[in-house]
Amino acid sequence: MDFESLIAQCREMIDNPLHPEVLSWKEKTGGKAVGYFPVYSPLEIVYANGMLPVGIMGGGNKLDVERADSYFGSFVCSIVKSTTELALRGDLKYLDGIFFHSICDAARNLSFVFKRNFSPQLFVEYIHFPQNPSSPSAVKYLVSELERVRKKLEEVNGRPMTEENLKQSIHAYNENRRLMQNLYRIKAEAPHLLSTPEAYLLTSVGNWLPPEDHSMILRAALEEVPKRKIRPRDKIRVVLEGSFCEQPPLELLEVVDEAGCYIVDDDLLLGRRWYEEEIPLDGNPVHSLAESYINRARYSSVSHDWRRPRSQRLVERVKQSGATAVVFCIAKFCEPALLDYPLFKDVLEREGIPHVSLEFEEKMWTFETLKTSVETFVESILFD
Amino acid sequence: MAKEVSEKKEKSQYQGRIHQMQKDLMARWMAELEQAAENNEPTACLLVAGSNLAILLRCLGIHQVYPELNSLQLAIRKQSLPYIQIAEEKGYSTDVCSYVKADVGAFFSGNMSSLGTKLPKPTLVLSCFSGCNVYIKWFEHIAAYTGAPLYVIDVPFIRSGEGPCPEDIDYVVSQLKEVIEICEKMSGKKLDYDQLRESLVLAREMERSWLEIKELTKNIPSPYDDYFDCITLMGPLVAYRGTPEGVEFFHTALKEFEERVRLGIGPIPKERFRMVVESAPPYPYFRTFRDLFTRWGACAVGATYTTPQPPEFLHDPERPLESLAEYPIQIFTNRGLVQRYQLLEKYVRERSADALIIHSVKSCRLFSVGHGDMREYFSKKLYIPTLMLESDLEDPRYFSEAQMRNRVDAFFEVLEHKKYLAGKTIESHAT
Repeated sequence: MDFESLIAQCREMIDNPLHPEVLSWKEKTGGKAVGYFPVYSPLEIVYANGMLPVGIMGGGNKLDVERADSYFGSFVCSIVKSTTELALRGDLKYLDGIFFHSICDAARNLSFVFKRNFSPQLFVEYIHFPQNPSSPSAVKYLVSELERVRKKLEEVNGRPMTEENLKQSIHAYNENRRLMQNLYRIKAEAPHLLSTPEAYLLTSVGNWLPPEDHSMILRAALEEVPKRKIRPRDKIRVVLEGSFCEQPPLELLEVVDEAGCYIVDDDLLLGRRWYEEEIPLDGNPVHSLAESYINRARYSSVSHDWRRPRSQRLVERVKQSGATAVVFCIAKFCEPALLDYPLFKDVLEREGIPHVSLEFEEKMWTFETLKTSVETFVESILFD
Repeated sequence: MAKEVSEKKEKSQYQGRIHQMQKDLMARWMAELEQAAENNEPTACLLVAGSNLAILLRCLGIHQVYPELNSLQLAIRKQSLPYIQIAEEKGYSTDVCSYVKADVGAFFSGNMSSLGTKLPKPTLVLSCFSGCNVYIKWFEHIAAYTGAPLYVIDVPFIRSGEGPCPEDIDYVVSQLKEVIEICEKMSGKKLDYDQLRESLVLAREMERSWLEIKELTKNIPSPYDDYFDCITLMGPLVAYRGTPEGVEFFHTALKEFEERVRLGIGPIPKERFRMVVESAPPYPYFRTFRDLFTRWGACAVGATYTTPQPPEFLHDPERPLESLAEYPIQIFTNRGLVQRYQLLEKYVRERSADALIIHSVKSCRLFSVGHGDMREYFSKKLYIPTLMLESDLEDPRYFSEAQMRNRVDAFFEVLEHKKYLAGKTIESHAT
């Protein structure tokens, strides 16, 4: 399949809110499907239990939020409302359970709104990830938390998960992450060959597929991309920061691209790319997962590692990717990203790295104002 | 039918002996902090949710400052807006917590308190966040701006069953041991566990009185307003836990309130409605907000915000570190919405309340995300009359008195009518 057909296939999969691929997986395997809200979720344990982890990344800009507004205040981010709307409409019926995580107060409260309104048909679990990785006791705590998750899944499934199951699952996700990294490497080295909207489509279909199937698509893409005949354009190289949870509309990513930016690195769908190094397969796999979370995870506004401040890691990322600027792309009302912004801004200004801030909502559908902002920003750099 | 409410404002609040005692204690505390600032004595930034750690810090000779309390004081004295705007100029969004913004703005304006006293620069920033993820960021910013070392005590949320997992307590205890080591190095003083146990005995004594005081609101009329008056009581609870002054204050308070129960005196001349309140008040309009209810003869008999002490929790001197760890884990902000609904329902039932008032604050997602669901649950599942209001706890720009008043009036008119239909005695308004 050529690259364009591959992208068309991904777009079709994303545009169908019923996600027949999940239903067909359930029919084929007899397994259960378990949703996960952003950002990171221990998919390895879910999949090792013979369940399909399904990324629930909001409702996009084609969903009308009609009923969910009344469950929340007016100052709550879109993804919280759209995810509730999906459940109220019955659009998450293909799920047997859903995980939420300690990313912010809104997502945490959402998990309890889900518990009250949609369980027991849907089992709802909340995972507390350590916020003090510098403590020597953090790994031990996380092992106990992951063991709790494991027991819950075994209980739902009615059968135990073996160590071997988990190792196989970790292996499948290691491979999947490696392929996504390769995709991102192309984006950084030859951004004209692979645009961010295209990379995004290729990454996000993994939300509804088992890792092996997603890896097949990624392999096909990696084979086709170098064959593309596209000439580089005079654009600035930027890092996109702030879209780790609620996802910007694809049109917004296209607008940033059209306005003269090569997005050479980003934090879109960050949970799928949480580890840049492989999770070790020797030793106890639950311990490996916990230890990797503490020592090998990407930085993010929803996890805090006091050993290496996030602002320092943002600067490192800008330098490593050869970017000249940062585009903050932050969801309206997203406190983790909005609160990180002043510290990020300070350090970028100290380092002389230009930046621009865009605010989005997943349901937005006009992008002209944002396009003008980015164009002006790009021109100020190109003609400086 | 309901008579028109008198335009004359009924301004009432409890003004007994403890009112003055509370003022004196808090003034003394501020003076001590000013002294600490002058002498460069070791000081830690703390949060109210983890304020029991003050017991530990005091044993190690470390003062405590509470940025939250400073923000609160700035708002209540109507000084918060210029500081919020300073923070917004520095890049803080209009949509993030204004407690953080007021504090940041005040820091960059000379680190002054609302009373004009100098606040000490922290030598340690200790975040024990108990369910509020913004607290993690806030203290990270304080550490970045002051250059003081940061320690975040990770408090696992209660997420499975009614209480914490044993592993959660072990985890927090391990972190407390690390904190003790850091503090010992900072102050050059070794922790004396006997002294810690003695302080915990005092804390437990004070907490017993506090819990007894809270139970007194079951009486009709309630001897004090469990929202507006109780917020004032929280000052000494936070600042003097584990001290003889704290014990004395709460012993006195208990006696005074028991006497008021005996005499049948409440904070308003005639208690006509009893309400339970959810979430924080609009501090820049604290008095105005209170008056909206006072004019209807409505008295708060229960509130989540004034439940900083985990219900039925007492520190245990025999298990000092475990006990210190359990407090921030068990506090209601560290529990899911469903458990908060249970707490509110318990207050409504046990304290014979007529209504639930939800004040949804823009700044605080911990409280407000899901308030619509809460209203739905209480009004449609439990048939408890529920009013939801929206404004902010710190930013005066989100408070509209006329709109708020219309909603409160409309709610109590309907409630009064319902009471009338239910055959309850309706007493005329004093005009």
